Amino acid sequence: MVADGNTPAPPERLWRNPEPKRNYDVVIVGAGGHGLATAYYLARNHGITDIAVVERGWLAGGNMARNTTIIRSNYLLDASAALYDHALRLWEELPEELDYEFHFSQRGVLNLAHTEQEVRDARRRAFANELNGVDAEWLTPDEIAEVCPILDTSPNLRYPVLGATYQRRAGIAKHDLVAWGLARKCDEMGVDFVQNREVTGFLTDGDRVVGVRTDKGDIGAGRVGLAAAGRTTLLTDTLGLRLPLQSHPLQAMATEILEPVHPCVVMSNHVHVYTSQAHKGELVLGAGIDTHNGYAQRGSVHVVENQLAAAVELFPVFARAHLLRTWAGTVDVTPDASPIIGPTPYENLFVNCGWGTGGFKATPGAGWVFAHTIATGSPHPLNEPYGMERFTTGALIDEHGAAAVAH
Amino acid sequence: MLLVRCPWCGDRDEAEFRYGGQADVDYPADPHQLDDASWGEYLFVRANPLGSFNERWMHTAGCRRWFSLVRDTATNEMSPDIPRRRESR
Ligand SMILES: Cc1cc2nc3c(=O)[nH]c(=O)nc-3n(C[C@H](O)[C@H](O)[C@H](O)COP(=O)(O)OP(=O)(O)OC[C@H]3O[C@@H](n4cnc5c(N)ncnc54)[C@H](O)[C@@H]3O)c2cc1C
Ligand SMILES: [Zn+2]
Repeated sequence: MVADGNTPAPPERLWRNPEPKRNYDVVIVGAGGHGLATAYYLARNHGITDIAVVERGWLAGGNMARNTTIIRSNYLLDASAALYDHALRLWEELPEELDYEFHFSQRGVLNLAHTEQEVRDARRRAFANELNGVDAEWLTPDEIAEVCPILDTSPNLRYPVLGATYQRRAGIAKHDLVAWGLARKCDEMGVDFVQNREVTGFLTDGDRVVGVRTDKGDIGAGRVGLAAAGRTTLLTDTLGLRLPLQSHPLQAMATEILEPVHPCVVMSNHVHVYTSQAHKGELVLGAGIDTHNGYAQRGSVHVVENQLAAAVELFPVFARAHLLRTWAGTVDVTPDASPIIGPTPYENLFVNCGWGTGGFKATPGAGWVFAHTIATGSPHPLNEPYGMERFTTGALIDEHGAAAVAH
Repeated sequence: MLLVRCPWCGDRDEAEFRYGGQADVDYPADPHQLDDASWGEYLFVRANPLGSFNERWMHTAGCRRWFSLVRDTATNEMSPDIPRRRESR
């Protein structure tokens, strides 16, 4: 990569590629953003540095490399607002702490409302946000036009924009740089990254997990944390542990590089598209999952067509932009569209999964609470509600019902 | 875009269908005997295999009937045979 004023030239080397030792205090499966942040906070907050992060592909090449990087914390439910806002506060301090500029840009997120009921729901969410100490504003169409002049706020649309919630502290970050910054700091603190090695199962001693099996030999572990995103059940199935997760393709796309036209992030649940402009200039667009289960990292074209139709309707200036790339990740979705973070019935085995379409924004917060869970053996107050037992007790965190979309 | 074979209408574009998830998830035979964990499992837990998956589709824009098929979740290859309900578990 060439330094172009927007992106700094990367240093020669950010982390070592060591041969793994036979044993570690902690093995984390998956070097996505969550695995990296977990290793980082295990070292920083808990003084645990004898850690291997084992990755089947290359570091941060999974959903971390494929997401549309929207960061916000304006969730309706108390448990969600607390967790995501904790993450947002960490994002605000992380560039300085990591001594690594990853272009966290708090350019604001507009969540549009297109129906009367959506207006009521959105205003309720904004009030709930205020009560939870999360910044939120309600904007009228005229105020929206000031924030985002390229958005069509006229009454002529099939689904006219009737208003929007606006979170100014929300925004985007350069995902690759986030991963590299975290990896560099972890490496400095002694964490081993083991790439191109797939975890295939576990070493157990009765109901205790004592290590992982990989395609290149076993690694012993005092504790094992799963941050394997869409592939978690492939591992937990080997223990007969059945998690309420379904893995789906989720697609995104980017246009050619354009001059700055799009000043913020816009999300619409109703016509279902979300857009921002990357630092380099591409318009980045995404929407919902493909309906069917799938691990192919490839989705269907009609899903792309639908969101482009919505995007062009909302943003007439997009009509002439050339779409250059589409891609898909594999995301794991839970029945209540909230993650599962906590212990398992197996001693020393912990899961962080089910972030579905919206886990990038949580990266530092997820790492913080998951590190706490692994280090102490029990959840942090912020992830206490997120245990897998909620699917037995019925204490669901139904953000899907609350916010319709979980990005 | 997937090409889905409706047993009644033949090969049609995926956009004509609604996906129904895992096939053959029966309502509990004796619901009164179920504890909370089993209810939770029945309501929320479904198989999530990498590979062969026996699943439900509904031909919403066609004959509006539900049917099952077997699809490989890694390659999207679909078996041309329509699974028979019990054998295909
Ligand atoms: C198209 C798309 C758009 C998205 N947009 C947003 C957004 O705008 N905002 C937002 O907040 N979130 C978004 N997300 C969701 C977000 O990307 C994920 O929730 C988040 O990345 C999940 O955590 P992670 O970073 O650890 O996952 P990943 O980066 O997927 O990390 C998991 C890692 O585990 C590895 N792994 C899996 N199995 C094994 C194994 N057996 N052995 C070893 N390694 C293994 C994988 O290779 C992978 O690198 C989006 C996702 C996609 C796909
Ligand atoms: Zn039919």
